[in-house]
This record gives sequence, structure tokens and C-alpha cells, in this order.
Amino acid sequence: MTSDTTGTHGAVLQDTTPDENGPIVELRGAGKSYGNIRALHGVDLTVFPSRVTCVLGDNGAGKSTLIKIISGLHQHTEGDFLVDGQPVRFGTPREALDKGIATVYQDLATVPLMPVWRNFFLGSEMTKGPWPVRRLDIARMKQTADRELRNMGIVLDDLEQPIGTLSGGQRQCVAIARAVYFGARVLILDEPTAALGVKQSGVVLKYIAAARDRGLGVIFITHNPHHAYMVGDHFSVLRLGTLELSAERSAITLEELTNHMAGGAELAALKHELAQVRGVDVEELPEADELTAPVAQPSPEGTS
Amino acid sequence: MSMTRQAEPAVGTPPAPGPGQRDGRTAERPLVLRMLARPEVGVFLGAVAVLVFFLVAAPAVRQGSSMATVLYQSSTIGIMALPVALLMIGGEFDLSSGVAVVSSALTASMLSYQLTLNIWMGVIVALVVSLAIGAFNGWMVVRTGLPSFLVTLGTFLILQGVNLAVTKMVTGNVATDDISTMDGFDQAKAIFASSFDVGGVQVKITVVWWLVFAALATWVLLRTKYGNWIFAVGGNKDSARAVGVPVNLTKITLFMAVGFGAWFVGMHQLFSFNTVQSGEGVGQELIYIAAAVIGGCLLTGGYGSAIGPVFGAFMFGMVNQGIVYAGWNPDWFKAFLGVMLLGAVLINLWVQRTATRR
Repeated sequence: MTSDTTGTHGAVLQDTTPDENGPIVELRGAGKSYGNIRALHGVDLTVFPSRVTCVLGDNGAGKSTLIKIISGLHQHTEGDFLVDGQPVRFGTPREALDKGIATVYQDLATVPLMPVWRNFFLGSEMTKGPWPVRRLDIARMKQTADRELRNMGIVLDDLEQPIGTLSGGQRQCVAIARAVYFGARVLILDEPTAALGVKQSGVVLKYIAAARDRGLGVIFITHNPHHAYMVGDHFSVLRLGTLELSAERSAITLEELTNHMAGGAELAALKHELAQVRGVDVEELPEADELTAPVAQPSPEGTS
Repeated sequence: MSMTRQAEPAVGTPPAPGPGQRDGRTAERPLVLRMLARPEVGVFLGAVAVLVFFLVAAPAVRQGSSMATVLYQSSTIGIMALPVALLMIGGEFDLSSGVAVVSSALTASMLSYQLTLNIWMGVIVALVVSLAIGAFNGWMVVRTGLPSFLVTLGTFLILQGVNLAVTKMVTGNVATDDISTMDGFDQAKAIFASSFDVGGVQVKITVVWWLVFAALATWVLLRTKYGNWIFAVGGNKDSARAVGVPVNLTKITLFMAVGFGAWFVGMHQLFSFNTVQSGEGVGQELIYIAAAVIGGCLLTGGYGSAIGPVFGAFMFGMVNQGIVYAGWNPDWFKAFLGVMLLGAVLINLWVQRTATRR
């Protein structure tokens, strides 16, 4: 975390810093129903500092619902949600931010027509002067934004350019740098590599690693097991709103992860049916009994 | 332990480049292009063009008193165009702003006359009513998520009906009674509707208020947190909310700012004409919106300035009076305005495309 944090959350964080070993964010059997639709059910998830927790799942698996609960956009309807060991229930994203939980959304939560530096500080602007003439401290904000972006390895010529003129990867990195600067202890990344090319995805993965090395707990939502495996310490696979797999990095291989992610068990069942159809190659699909990755979650102390 | 070492994630930290390094991909754009990218530059050029045109075509415009009249005309539009422009940057419309002016004037006039109160009581109650109308509009919009076009169209019709019906009910007439002999009238007139002398030319005080409000709006928009939020809620409401901007508060206060403008212009009309015609104000809201759009504000929100609508309102005042001074048939005024609006919008579009192209 930045030691020279001057943003509005700096003071708050000093008070809420927990003991170093415990999880920052913990979900215990958490779930969410929208009316009679159960989008998420019985999900356990723990997020530790300096570790990347990957949440994988196909479309509609409940990934979005999960991050909406943690980021304060929605509230869970069952189970417990703990931050620093205390049960919480966020009414607005602001409350989550104040606890140090920052989310980089798929649409990046940037305002395309606004300059980069205004976007960087949006919602947490630096000001100077007493109330009636309290105004933006533009020089300091530009300077800080430039320094923070450079610290994350992002070099921009002109912070006045509208953020909409940046490439997808650059915008992603600005959003990550913003979250890191504002004292985030937990960074939630919602499919940061989904719309990016190979090279840009690599750049974003680097920043995820950079954020982790700064001591943040990262929740990396993705449906790409390869990207997840490059940076992840712990993997949770969601399917149809429940946890299908929860495994430490040491307990799972990329291949197993890919199979789980791709709905391996279902594919194995489909294999026999597909084998009847000419032109469908089923040789590479796994058999059901090959999928033996652990589903129980190992205790975090044992691996850190 | 060794397990995790072995299973260390593959990606490391990126090297942090030193300060002063540039990515070298953006060439410095010429000053002219950077100037043109400002939202108010197109309308400034347009205003200068209209001014020069009438200075040439209508010699009477060259006198100081004519210019004072043009500025007065512009100021009555301009004072309202400012909050309307801020609201537009914030991504919303207010179609009720025209009749809200009259509602405010009617409230102040009838309340003080019927209850024989000091005129200031009426003025203060009118302010409260105007702010409440704005707050209602804003609250309905953020609460229901309906387009502000629909919500304020409803308010527009309600106010239009209430203005006429209540005035007839209270006074038995479509206009209010003359309040010029009442307590506090002179004081209030000094603030809202007086004139002062500049080198032998009588200038209306609204011109001063107009420029003061424009300076204030510009400062708020570009130099305060709240201004940042206005751009954000108009540019991308969901993003703004996600990073902690109080979206609903921002929108409601913007509607209330329009209410404040309506109150101010309403008071001006009341104290310059002493009575209020209850059916007036219809159609004015479109003039305000047009002035804001000509002033370079994006109809869909998120882009614009407060100084642009100043020039937009000036163009309106200039054309309005210029036609008279040039001795042309004033029937052509609206047609001229329409052409001007389309022209200004096209020029803005062209200027922005040219200037923001990279």
C-alpha cells in the first residue's frame, strides 16, 4: 500500500487495519436471491493480503452477483459477509470504499469525456481552501495522478486527454492505479482481460501482480483459466450460483482448472452423446473420473 | 512452505519508469486546434459573427443605448440559460423552466398583495416555492428513473394550468394586481430590476447579475468538487455512482439551481412590470435549452461549459434586437433563430470533430 496516501481514505484505514494474518474479506455461506431467483448460494470465499484469489465461472455462474455483494452494490440475503472479522452489510459502494474495498468494473467506472486526472480523482477529489471558496487542488491532483500512474508503470503524455481516448488496457491500468492509490486493501477486478488482446492482457496481469506485491488482497474475476493461473494463489470456480471448486494453487494444475472451468463434468457426460455425432472430436475431452481436484477448502495457514 | 515457493505465480512486478519519460505516442497538437476543442469557442466565433453582421447591416446597433438593450435582452435569457446548461451537462432537461419563472413571480405577487405583507415575504416564499418545484422535478427523476423530458413535461403542464387557474381564482383576472405601491417594493426593484448609468447609457442591473452568475457557474463547474460531479453524472451516471459520487444529490441540486434561476428571473419580471400575466412563459424553456445547446453543451450530457451559454444567450439577444434595429419585419425572428440554432449546432459538431481528431 502506498505510504504517502493523501486521499480521503487514508485516515480511515489507519483505524481499521486488522491483525496481519487474518483474512480481510470473508464470505461464509453467502448467497443472494432476486425475488424467487437464487443467483448465489452457499459461497465461501476468503481474501488475504498479498494474495490473488481468482473467481472463475461461465456466464451466469454468479460471478457478477458475488462482486456486487462485496463491492456494496447489492446486499447478500443469506450467510455472512465479514470484513476484518466483523460482519458487515454495505448500503452503498461508498461504504465498501471506506473499508478499503475497491472495485474495477468491467466498464471500468470511468467517464469517457472527462480528462484522465479528473477520472483518477473522481469521487475523492483533493481540495484546498476554506468552505465557501473550497476548490479543487488541480496542480496537486495532476502531479499525484502522474506519479501514481508512473509507479504502476503507466506513462501518459497528457493527463488532460479524455480517458475515452485511451486504449482498453490503458484505461484498465488507470482504474487499477486509482484503486491502489486510494488505499484499497482489497481490489476486485471484474473480468479485466475479457475485452483485451493477448499483449494488453499481459500488461493488465502485470499490474495485478504489482498490486499484489504492494500488499493488496486481489479478487480476480475471469473466465480465462490461463490468465487466472498466471497470477492466482487461490482458485474458486462458480457454477450455477454455487461453489464448484475451491483450491489452493499448490493443489491444482492448470489442466484440472481448465476442465473445471469448462464445466468438465458436464462435458464428460456429453462426450458419450457427442461421440455418436460424426465430425465432433471427443478424444481430448476428459472422462468424469479424471476430475479429482479437491473441492474442500484447505486452511489458509497451511500454505502461506 | 516450499510448496508455495514452487507454485509462485508466473508474473512479476513491472519496472517503474522514472519521471520525465514520455510515451511519445501523442504529438503536441497545435494551439489553434486545442483552443477549438474547448466547448465555448465555436459559439464565441458565432457570437462575434452575428455581432459584426448587425454592426454592418444595422447602423443603429452601433449606439451605446442599443447595445445596452441587446445586453438586457440577452441577460434575461442568459440568467436562466446558465442553470439550464449546468443541468444539461448533468444529463437532464427541464421543460418546466419557462412557466416556473411565471409561477415564481405569481407567488410573490399574489401572496404579498392578498395578505398585504411586506413584499420581501412574498419574495422569500417565492424562492422556497421555486426551489421546491426544482427539488420535486429532481426527486421524481432520480426516484423513478424516468427520462427528465417526461417528468418535466408533466410539471410544465401542471404549472401552466395552476398559474392560470389560481390567478383567476384569486384575482378574478388573468393578471395580478399592481404591487408598485407596497412596502419594500423599491428595495426589491433596486436589486432585481434597476438600471445604472455607464457613460450616459442606462444599463439594466440584470446584465451585471448575468455576468456574476456566469463567473460563479464557471468557477463551480471547473474548480470545485461539485463541478466535477456534474460532468460525471452527465457523462456516465453508473460509473460516477460506483466511485462514490452522490449522483442523486447532484441531480436534485441541479434541478434546484434551475428553480433558483426561475425565481430570479421571475422577480425581475415582477419588479420591472409591476404585474404578471399568468399565461406567459410558455415556449421560453426551449429558448433556454437552445441557448445552452448553441453554447456548446452536449444534449446528452457530460460535456459543455458555463461561458458558452453566455455567448449563446448573447446571440439570441443580438438577433432579437438586431432585426428590429435593421428595420426588418420582426416576424422573421423565429425563422432566423432556427437557422442560427442549426448552424451553431453544425459548427459545434464540425469544430469538435476536427479538434478532437487525433
